[in-house]
Amino acid sequence: MTPFLTLLRRDIALALREGGAIGTALGFYLIVVAILPLGLGPDLNLLSGIAPGVLWVALLLSALLSADRIFHADHEDGTLEALALGPLPLELIAAAKATAHWLTTALPLALMAPLLGLMLNLDIAAYLPLVGTMLVGTPAISFIGSIGAALTLGIRRGGLLLSLLVLPLFIPVLIFGVSTISAILVGPGGYMSPLLILMAFSVASIVLSPFATAAALRLQLS
Amino acid sequence: MYQFANPTFFMKLSGIVLPWLWALAGIVAAIGLYMGFLASPGDYQQGETVRIMYIHVPAAWLAMMGYTMIFLSSLGTLIFRHPLADVSAKAAAPIGAAFTLQALVTGAIWGKPTWGTYWAWDARLTSFLILFFLYLGLIALWNSIEEQSKAGRAAAILAIVGSVNIPIIHYSVEWWNTLHQGASVFKAGGPTIAAVFLWPLLLMAIAFTLLFFALHLTAMRTEILRRRVAGMRARRADEAYAPPIPAASVAS
Repeated sequence: MTPFLTLLRRDIALALREGGAIGTALGFYLIVVAILPLGLGPDLNLLSGIAPGVLWVALLLSALLSADRIFHADHEDGTLEALALGPLPLELIAAAKATAHWLTTALPLALMAPLLGLMLNLDIAAYLPLVGTMLVGTPAISFIGSIGAALTLGIRRGGLLLSLLVLPLFIPVLIFGVSTISAILVGPGGYMSPLLILMAFSVASIVLSPFATAAALRLQLS
Repeated sequence: MYQFANPTFFMKLSGIVLPWLWALAGIVAAIGLYMGFLASPGDYQQGETVRIMYIHVPAAWLAMMGYTMIFLSSLGTLIFRHPLADVSAKAAAPIGAAFTLQALVTGAIWGKPTWGTYWAWDARLTSFLILFFLYLGLIALWNSIEEQSKAGRAAAILAIVGSVNIPIIHYSVEWWNTLHQGASVFKAGGPTIAAVFLWPLLLMAIAFTLLFFALHLTAMRTEILRRRVAGMRARRADEAYAPPIPAASVAS
């Protein structure tokens, strides 16, 4: 477990000290949510109705924006090859990288969502479900995103291709995340099934996607 | 089984089979179209629009079969390193994408008079749209990686990841049970569709399946020939620009 934690700690430290990555994703999230009312009109009733969906979609896009850099720097300077020679299997390297992406990108984005909810007049009762579903659902985004990041390594305009490849795979997260929130807002009960499916999807992504990511990395390193 | 792995043998066999396959697809399609568009009545509720079904439903089946074909070929690429598996998956992707688009477009045309709207965000429509995006993603990935074998394996990984979506498409009818009608041909207790509609539908399904295989084999042959031409070009370029081999080394 130690090499895994070492790699995780290294990636988090790099992301924190580099600064740019987290800030850019948060800034992108802020501006997407801020620009929507300018297009839709300032009607607060309309905005509060669509707020959970808007916040979720913008979160997906913001997390995706930084996903193509999960392996980029390490691939360019050869660190990835050194890591592959080390004691840690590629599957766990992939898992560590995806976990670091979740901790440094998806987690801050999910925690910022309520603040943006204020701007969209989101119902107070929705804050807890919003952050809760995001915390439960975003691991799937980081782990599935890492598959796309590994597949598009070394491709020019890989970022654009990445969104075409992985956005369709994010759709279950979006559907079940938003339907959990609306089920909670409608009334007590009834929200358990979408929430459980969301959790199942997230857990399955955490378990399965490192294998696909590692296969893609092996292809890139061969 | 392994002799099919030999592209030369494959080219010979598919060259013999293909004309028959095309002819058979054409004949079955002609009978199916005649029965569907001329020799069968309109539905008492849907009227003449029911005939769109004879194109729409087989296209939707073939759209899913195309992805299944890519999935199986991808397993062949990754597990057995079968030299034709990668060609098969690459050839199936645009065909599957075309059938998916056909199902979406005919569905929209049918939806306007029946549901009153071209597009509804119903579960099955949406998952077909997602299937279309998965096809596009695969094709895009193939086109962005230059090295053939690497592109084939990358696409195979993506196809296997994406195939998680196939069961979601299939069972979405039961999961969400919305605007789209439930399955009516394959279900427990036999089909709930009148025989007069079922026969042309089944004939068209057979015709579309034959058409799929004919297109698929043709596309595979084209891809093999394309790779051979690329190989010949590379060899000729090597010969043209390689420094002449010194006579001494040739003699030894």
